[in-house]
Amino acid sequence: MFTWLADNLVYGALDLTEGDRFADALHFFVMDTTKIFFLLVVVIYAMGLLRALMSPERVRAYVRGKPPWLARTLAITLGAVTPFCSCSSVPLFIGFVEAGIPLGVTFSFLIASPMINEIAVVLLIGILGWELAFLYVAAGVVVAWVGGMAMEWFRAERWVEDYVWKIQMGEAQPPPVDKSWKGRHRFAIAEVKEIVRRIWKWVVIGIAVGAAFHGFVPGDWVTTYLGAQGNWLAVPGAVLLGIPLYANATGIIPVAEAMLGKGAAVGTTLAFMMSVAALSLPEILILRKVIRWPALALFAAVLAVAFILVGWTFNLVT
Amino acid sequence: MKTIQILGSGCANCQRTYDLFARTAQEQGVEVDIQKVEDIAEILAMGVMSTPGVVVDGTVVHSGSIPSHSQVVSWLDA
Repeated sequence: MFTWLADNLVYGALDLTEGDRFADALHFFVMDTTKIFFLLVVVIYAMGLLRALMSPERVRAYVRGKPPWLARTLAITLGAVTPFCSCSSVPLFIGFVEAGIPLGVTFSFLIASPMINEIAVVLLIGILGWELAFLYVAAGVVVAWVGGMAMEWFRAERWVEDYVWKIQMGEAQPPPVDKSWKGRHRFAIAEVKEIVRRIWKWVVIGIAVGAAFHGFVPGDWVTTYLGAQGNWLAVPGAVLLGIPLYANATGIIPVAEAMLGKGAAVGTTLAFMMSVAALSLPEILILRKVIRWPALALFAAVLAVAFILVGWTFNLVT
Repeated sequence: MKTIQILGSGCANCQRTYDLFARTAQEQGVEVDIQKVEDIAEILAMGVMSTPGVVVDGTVVHSGSIPSHSQVVSWLDA
């Protein structure tokens, strides 16, 4: 349906020639914009109806007091379905610490939450197929697990700012929820508006970059440098390139689509996606309010190493 | 007069929530005292972890997102 639309618009109405670089890029852009925004609206609305979205407050209540392995498993799985604005990572961090949740588990949550979410998963399935969606989620879970463990192993708590330990958190009754279908519908519509408003820019930029890549980057160049037979340095390169780049997990999907379409290796592409989605300078700098520089540097390094290992592993096995 | 507190450490969404309240109160002709709470310790003390949060006369009514216009109207009227 989306291909048909793009075909008609680009090759039909605008009368551009198939195979022309600009036409191909435009075709990619039209197809992905319509498809991604359609999927976005459907997924967010459906999740809103189910009201399945967790709040960080509830995650905190579930995770506190659990044995470490269970706490970490819960933090990662609940992190995947809990949306939170990156500006909330500071209160969230303190709230978790105050609840006595181990620091390593908190880091696992902070890694998993931006990287894996239901919207990204549905888009991945719709655009890149379920195999890649599965690989991405599996890799994300492993990285969140290992990353949190590594922070614990380095005893990151010695770098937590002193005031964090002193904060006392109050108990608030969760606001009452309207459970009728009308209320759910209203909530779902509000969710669609709110989330689309927050992420549409990232998605459009992602699609534009993907379209430019699709239309203008020569396939030979991609197979030589980013392909399976390419240089082993491609993976660390992709991760480093992803650190200053920030987009949410949804925006990076069209870029990955274009990379894979041109013959980039799966591991290199996954490493790049994770680096852009989960490791971004602005987000890490926000955490400076609660942890000191050594812990920030360590956090970034642990993640970068984990992404590189994931990339190499997938390049070896696929 | 109602006291509204907007909880959030100065992020874009918190500012938008604040503006929404100011605008809606004016449009409804309701007199309110809108305050920003930016101190993280105070925010957590009220039991809110996800910002922006909204507190009406000392009760947390909302957290984690920008509320909708109709929600704001209902809090101002109630």
